[in-house]
Amino acid sequence: MALLEVRDLSVVFQRKGEEPFAAVDGISFDVSPGQMVGLVGESGCGKSVTSLAIMGLLPQRGVRVEGTVEFEGKDLLRLSDRELADRRGRDLGMVFQDPLSSVNPVIPIGVQVSEVLERHEGLRRREAALRSAELLDRVGIPDPSRRLKEYPHQLSGGMRQRALIAMALACKPRLLIADEPTTALDVTIQAQILSLLSELVRDTGTALIMITHDLGVVAGMCDEVNVLYGGRIVERAGRHELFAEPRHPYTAGLLASIPRLDAPRGDRLTPIRGSVADNIPWAGGCAFAPRCPNAVDACVERSPEMTRDGERLLRCHNPVGRPAPSEEVPVQ
Amino acid sequence: MAIGTSRKERIDSLAESSASETGVSLAASAWRRLRRNPVFLVGASIIGLFVLLALLAPVLAPHDPGVRMLADQVSRATNSIPPAQEGHPFGGDQHGRDLFSRVLLGSQQTLLVAVLATVIGLGGGLTLGTLAGAFGGWVDSLVMRIVDVMLSVPSLLLAVSIGALFSSQTQFTVILAVAIVQIPVFARLLRGTMLAQRESDHVLAARSLGVRQRSIVFRHMLPNALGPVIVQSTLVLAVAIIDAAALSFLGLGAADDSVPEWGQMLGNAQNVIDSHPHLAFWPAACIIVVALGFTLVGESLRDALDPKRRR
Ligand SMILES: Nc1ncnc2c1ncn2[C@@H]1O[C@H](COP(=O)(O)OP(=O)(O)O)[C@@H](O)[C@H]1O
Ligand code: SF4
Ligand SMILES: [Mg+2]
Repeated sequence: MALLEVRDLSVVFQRKGEEPFAAVDGISFDVSPGQMVGLVGESGCGKSVTSLAIMGLLPQRGVRVEGTVEFEGKDLLRLSDRELADRRGRDLGMVFQDPLSSVNPVIPIGVQVSEVLERHEGLRRREAALRSAELLDRVGIPDPSRRLKEYPHQLSGGMRQRALIAMALACKPRLLIADEPTTALDVTIQAQILSLLSELVRDTGTALIMITHDLGVVAGMCDEVNVLYGGRIVERAGRHELFAEPRHPYTAGLLASIPRLDAPRGDRLTPIRGSVADNIPWAGGCAFAPRCPNAVDACVERSPEMTRDGERLLRCHNPVGRPAPSEEVPVQ
Repeated sequence: MAIGTSRKERIDSLAESSASETGVSLAASAWRRLRRNPVFLVGASIIGLFVLLALLAPVLAPHDPGVRMLADQVSRATNSIPPAQEGHPFGGDQHGRDLFSRVLLGSQQTLLVAVLATVIGLGGGLTLGTLAGAFGGWVDSLVMRIVDVMLSVPSLLLAVSIGALFSSQTQFTVILAVAIVQIPVFARLLRGTMLAQRESDHVLAARSLGVRQRSIVFRHMLPNALGPVIVQSTLVLAVAIIDAAALSFLGLGAADDSVPEWGQMLGNAQNVIDSHPHLAFWPAACIIVVALGFTLVGESLRDALDPKRRR
């Protein structure tokens, strides 16, 4: 059985005097225990909103959330605030994009790690401090007992992200959501943080949702990859299938825009033309149509449904390579 | 003091100054800039001098400020008040008490009034602002409605009205009247900075760890929201001294004047201000200088914490 079953999740922002806006538009995916699942897409496609919806951290007002998010058979969207808070940090953890602003500037790092242990495991201050030192050591922060007493501004961005990972994994949650955990970091630090993350989740058997705009990041670690566009999943496949044979024109575009070691020399990187600002609404066709090199007439007439091709899911009228599979996938 | 909207705007602009960055590193960089700012140094020196004066006043004062030692030189009929003389550099007051000693010791009471009024105003404002900023919703609407009504009345007028509510005036009623006027200022300010904190990344991160609401509010939001409130406190110290003096001048000061306080001395001097202006001059000068000191420090703190004005 899946650990997390997201079914037809929609998040609609509705501000006074503005048109409702579906940042997430009916997405479904599963995460099995210990699995690493990627959620990939350009900035603004709804990745963060999806993760906040799963965690129950969206603003209380001006948002409508629909669908279900079952965690071990319990719908997280139907839990009370208190029940959710009990689960966050214990069953579900999250690592954010900007480690500089995601720590409390006026509290020593050690207190922030201890707080999680005291909250969920009922540890006394002493024990919590000892465990915190172990945790900092585990995430590769040198001289942990001294670092515990330091304030966030005394730590570099990479060190702060390690500390935040320590907090998120302190109680060995069964699911960790990492929302662009390396985007704000130096390139040299990025690889270290990624390998630390995959090593830790492997050790603790934690399932991971890796959110990124960078296919290169998921290439090394995810078992399965969901490609998001305009709040919908447009393609899902195993990592190898997706990289070997991208079928959705958007996925193909993403792949063509990242540098590859095995590419012949002189091959130029080709960015996807246009930007998300060009999107058309899903209701009248394919949101990607204005930017799509494969677009056909149908793309601005009918919204493409999700179809199944073996293990792969695809939402496209005119995919790359072979014609579109005909078997439609009903919403489970 | 300006009315209504401009006061609100001033409060809100101060609240915004904390939104971008807070905490220890900010305090450190603010301190670096303050140390080189002449405005701050002048203000701080003034405050330092007066605090020192207040502490040493009992030792420095040549006479007991409550004893009418020059009473024989006071005459209602001829409107005579003891002039400056040997041992009494400022002469005596209307009751024949040593004016120099009274001015010296007045620093104690005046600073005490300012600090107590500010602390009480701060306490009330922190409570209301925390409630509004932490919980939002109807609590927020209710608190802010009350606060905005209070802010729409000119502050001195409000202080006078509150002061007049008490049947007999004491130092404490003066403090209370001055303090209550400042509650909405602190409340609106803190609510603004608390709301900014509620939306902040680190509070989101804390919530993602299941941290309890109580800890979110008091450990993760409040300490980061206090910067502008501290700035405001120094400004309010100045306002409190001036408001207390104004209350005395309008006849709402403490009735008992055995313990000297500058505002009260100034208020009591107004009957004889034409013939003996020096009775008003010394307390007035002290009030102006010390209020200036607090204002200079407050304004330079505000500048130092405002990211928009940073270089
Ligand atoms: N609180 C909010 N109110 C209104 N719109 C929002 C809010 N948060 C996100 N959005 C919108 O939802 C869309 C998806 O945002 P997000 O999930 O943050 O994108 P990303 O994939 O880059 O993480 C964006 O267009 C963004 O403007
Ligand atoms: S549906 Fe049409 S426009 Fe959309 S990705 Fe497929 S081919 Fe391109
Ligand atoms: Mg994002």
